[in-house]
Amino acid sequence: MKAPAFDYVKPRLLADVFPLLQTYGDEARLLAGGQTLLATLNMRLSEPSVLIDLSAIAELRGITLVGSMLRIGAMVTHSEIEVSALVAQHAPLLPLAAPHIAHRAIRNLGTLGGSIAYADPAAEWPTCLLALDGVVIAKSATGERRIRSDDFIVDLYTTALLPGEIIIACEFPAASAGHWCDFDELSRRHGDYAIVGLAGAGQRSENTLTDLRLVFLGLGATPLRASRAEAIIDGQPLTNGLIDQAVSALKAEFSAVGDLTSDAATKMHLSGVLLKRMLMKQMRLKSA
Amino acid sequence: MKPLPPATEHSRYIGQSVARPNALRLAEGRGTYVDDIELPRMVHVVYWRSPVAHARILKIDASFARMMPGVVTVVDGAEMAKICKPWVATLTHLAGMKSAPQYPLAIDRACWQGEPVVAIVANTRVEAEDALQYLVVEWEALPALIETETALDPDSPVIHGDLGDNLCFTRSLDTAGVDEAFANADAVAEVTFQFGRHTGVTLEPRCQISDYNPSDKRLTVHHSQQAPHMMQDLYSRQLGIPESHIRVICKDVGGSFGIKVHAYPDDFATVALSVMLERPVKFVADRLESFTSDIHARQHRVTGRIAANKTGEILAFEIDDLTGIGPYSMFPRTSAIEGNQVVNLVGGPYRHQQYRAKLNVVFQNKTPTCQYRGVGHPIACAVTEGLVDAVAQKLGMDPLAIRQQNVIRDDAYPMTATSGIKLEGLSHQQCLDKIALMMDYPALRAEQAELRKRGIYRGIGIAALIELTNPSAAFYGVGGARISAQDGATIRLEPTGAITVMVGVGEQGQGTEGIFAQIAADAVGVSMTSVRVVTGDTDVTPYGGGTWASRGAGIGGEAVLQAGLALQKNIVDVASVILKRHASELALVNDAIIEIATSHSLMPLAELGRIAYFRPDSLPAGFTAELMVTRHYAQRDYPFIFTNGVQASLVEVDVDTGFVKLLKHWVVEDCGRVINPMLVDEQMRGAVVQGIGGALFEECLYDDAGLLQNGNMADYLAPMAAEMPDIEVAHVETPTKTSQLGAKGAGEAGTAGAPAAIMNAINDALYPFNATVYSQPITPQKILRALGKV
Repeated sequence: MKAPAFDYVKPRLLADVFPLLQTYGDEARLLAGGQTLLATLNMRLSEPSVLIDLSAIAELRGITLVGSMLRIGAMVTHSEIEVSALVAQHAPLLPLAAPHIAHRAIRNLGTLGGSIAYADPAAEWPTCLLALDGVVIAKSATGERRIRSDDFIVDLYTTALLPGEIIIACEFPAASAGHWCDFDELSRRHGDYAIVGLAGAGQRSENTLTDLRLVFLGLGATPLRASRAEAIIDGQPLTNGLIDQAVSALKAEFSAVGDLTSDAATKMHLSGVLLKRMLMKQMRLKSA
Repeated sequence: MKPLPPATEHSRYIGQSVARPNALRLAEGRGTYVDDIELPRMVHVVYWRSPVAHARILKIDASFARMMPGVVTVVDGAEMAKICKPWVATLTHLAGMKSAPQYPLAIDRACWQGEPVVAIVANTRVEAEDALQYLVVEWEALPALIETETALDPDSPVIHGDLGDNLCFTRSLDTAGVDEAFANADAVAEVTFQFGRHTGVTLEPRCQISDYNPSDKRLTVHHSQQAPHMMQDLYSRQLGIPESHIRVICKDVGGSFGIKVHAYPDDFATVALSVMLERPVKFVADRLESFTSDIHARQHRVTGRIAANKTGEILAFEIDDLTGIGPYSMFPRTSAIEGNQVVNLVGGPYRHQQYRAKLNVVFQNKTPTCQYRGVGHPIACAVTEGLVDAVAQKLGMDPLAIRQQNVIRDDAYPMTATSGIKLEGLSHQQCLDKIALMMDYPALRAEQAELRKRGIYRGIGIAALIELTNPSAAFYGVGGARISAQDGATIRLEPTGAITVMVGVGEQGQGTEGIFAQIAADAVGVSMTSVRVVTGDTDVTPYGGGTWASRGAGIGGEAVLQAGLALQKNIVDVASVILKRHASELALVNDAIIEIATSHSLMPLAELGRIAYFRPDSLPAGFTAELMVTRHYAQRDYPFIFTNGVQASLVEVDVDTGFVKLLKHWVVEDCGRVINPMLVDEQMRGAVVQGIGGALFEECLYDDAGLLQNGNMADYLAPMAAEMPDIEVAHVETPTKTSQLGAKGAGEAGTAGAPAAIMNAINDALYPFNATVYSQPITPQKILRALGKV
């Protein structure tokens, strides 16, 4: 479990990263916290010739409100998101999800950009990105582009990033009045990748949710939007019957991929429990 | 509870929660673990391990690997076999047991994923791993035997053709009246239990530095190990090096749990490489290879039955145990002990008169299994206690009440239990009464009933247990294994009045050296700050067995006590000569010679030391001060000294998700004299957490081809802080009369009882749904299936 030899560079300016990517191409890996990459290297599952450590680049840090969007730099850590007042105000889903990411020591090092770029289907940030209809800002030597969350994650560990491109930030629509969000997941040990998880976001009016996005993690190759369940709930006052319909629609829409100790049926059952509980909680809140 | 009389005349430390002297050094990161040691000219070995469960090795091409930078040598099994003999791990007292010859590196055929096949030695570990990628091994897959249930079928592949079949060991026990007892019973319950294979996950992995010096033909092995003298003997016999030329040093050990009491193929290979290369060779297992090369344990399927009459009297137990142990019995303790223990222990706390047991121990193409903390006890306890709850339910009896009615009475000892085990003195009744008070059992039951009405499903599980400790030679010695049942302690008075204590039992992180310091200080009559303890060095300590089977306190501790008392007597004799007083008038208390009649201090111990060591000319002719003494102790009165205890678990089951929340855990244990309550409590808690692992989380999951699916710390779920409930511990003290100290073992009972208590608690919570789960680890999916939800 010793990584093969590699070169290590730690640029201070974003502009210095692109020539490195150009030079090394596939031989380079971006180090954005290393919570996944370094374990991969030690297990010799990946043998890059150079690691480009992004941690010294100030342009990749910072949390700011830009117009109606909350912008979070790619190298902002999970812990920084967890405790940020700005995030709590404008993207309250994120601090709800953050405590579920591994353990504090890992959250102190792991970054938003690192997690989004890796696109693990069981990870919290890609799921939240999709639930909040966020935007990934990618930059290359030739320019910058904005990629909508629906288009960003393509497949298992696969994103729409092109060679030579790196994530510099993510933007989330700032929560307006009536914003609703919730997050929950089921993991066997605290801090593990969950068996299933659910991020929900939308607008709330009395007992009705609209602009609803319900995104599950841990079910398939990517975070999955439960479109049919969304369609049933969206715009209708929540009732027990409506919620049961949504759960049925959810189970009809997906066939989950099982893991080592939870098969597809268990995952779908648990997804239904998460959805039902999240909506019931909302209904109880409104009726209280 | 009445306190015990003190173990020594002037007791200051025994029985007190004294902080252990080595804790600060370890907490500050100043320990010396094997990987901390760097020796001149040292090289590093990595092993190419079989990537599949069963394969014929066709060709090993090391030509590219040898060209890699820093590579010193590449060695295969045939070359290794020239200097290290194979072994067959059987014990003669396990009648009919068989296993196949095993080599340090597999020759021609690899029998489990993870078996070492080729050694690559290089100047650094990185270079060795670099070269490993260029080693080309051609192999062809052979049919693998994975399932234990089919291991004995005539059409299953036989792993070792010479053995004829895949049966390692079988045993039957029958008290002859079992059928009659079941026929006449008012209630019979039958349950099939499944136990998942798991492993010990030591914080420090297995590691070793072997250093062979050709000039004096001496072998020094730095080893993270529990039994240094056992390894000295094995290296001597397998490599043909005189025992007196071998020194095994076990300094700090980062957890062992039984994982490090076995002799692994790579242990011998590393030593053999050092002999070949005539230089030090370091091997440190990495976490990935630990999962496939450390021993596993506890893969059992047990079908059990229990019979009771309508008054609640338990009449009989019957079990059929099938356990899979991998392709070889593990050296030198064998892999049949765990199943054998299950047979011995089932029903252990109870007064039933009839018992029948059948055990089959079978080979399979998975990592070898062997003794791991609790050895067989967690299986036996879960089977026994699961059956007791099952029959109590049929009778409509309360789980606590049926236990109080059926446990062996506290005044019935010594006695022989139905399985034939001899019990010196236990306290089941006291322990049950105590735990009922601790938990406020009636209030918990009332709360449970109230919460059920609101859709909250809590369960209470109780597990009574017995635990084998302080073993005599009956465990291994009588079966021909050269594993010392006795242990020794040497104590030396230093000129300054300090003492140095050298003991054959070592420290694995559990505080053994701390309790030895307490015992030595009290026995000699000095302050603990004046005591230095040395363990884990075959050149230094008396010959002994080491750390296993919860023998450290009971056997090592008694040797220390006797050595201390003998040294005290010798010191008083010296004082008598110096002071010209009769020895009977003097005592050694608090680092000074005192006059017993007045308690006046007559001479500090340091002054006595000065005179004895530097001015012997002032002592009378013909008198010699003997200020270093050695005493040995072997427990010979019983095969084992059993301890007992009871555990209880309170859980809440989320019946929608199948998730279990551990709300509380209680332990009442009786390990005889408690030498250090703080250390015993923490042993209990740590062991309970390992039991939680088995009950809810840990399992080595294999696919149909025999490949381990979760051999890493992300996918193999060891419980961590967030998974631990509060664990309350209390004690009953029934000292063993076989020693002056009266201590029994305390390290394993927690692991023995926790899985049963948790399983019973979960089934108690599921009672309203008529659902039960008897397959460990109890996962959310298993609970959902029991509830019919998936």
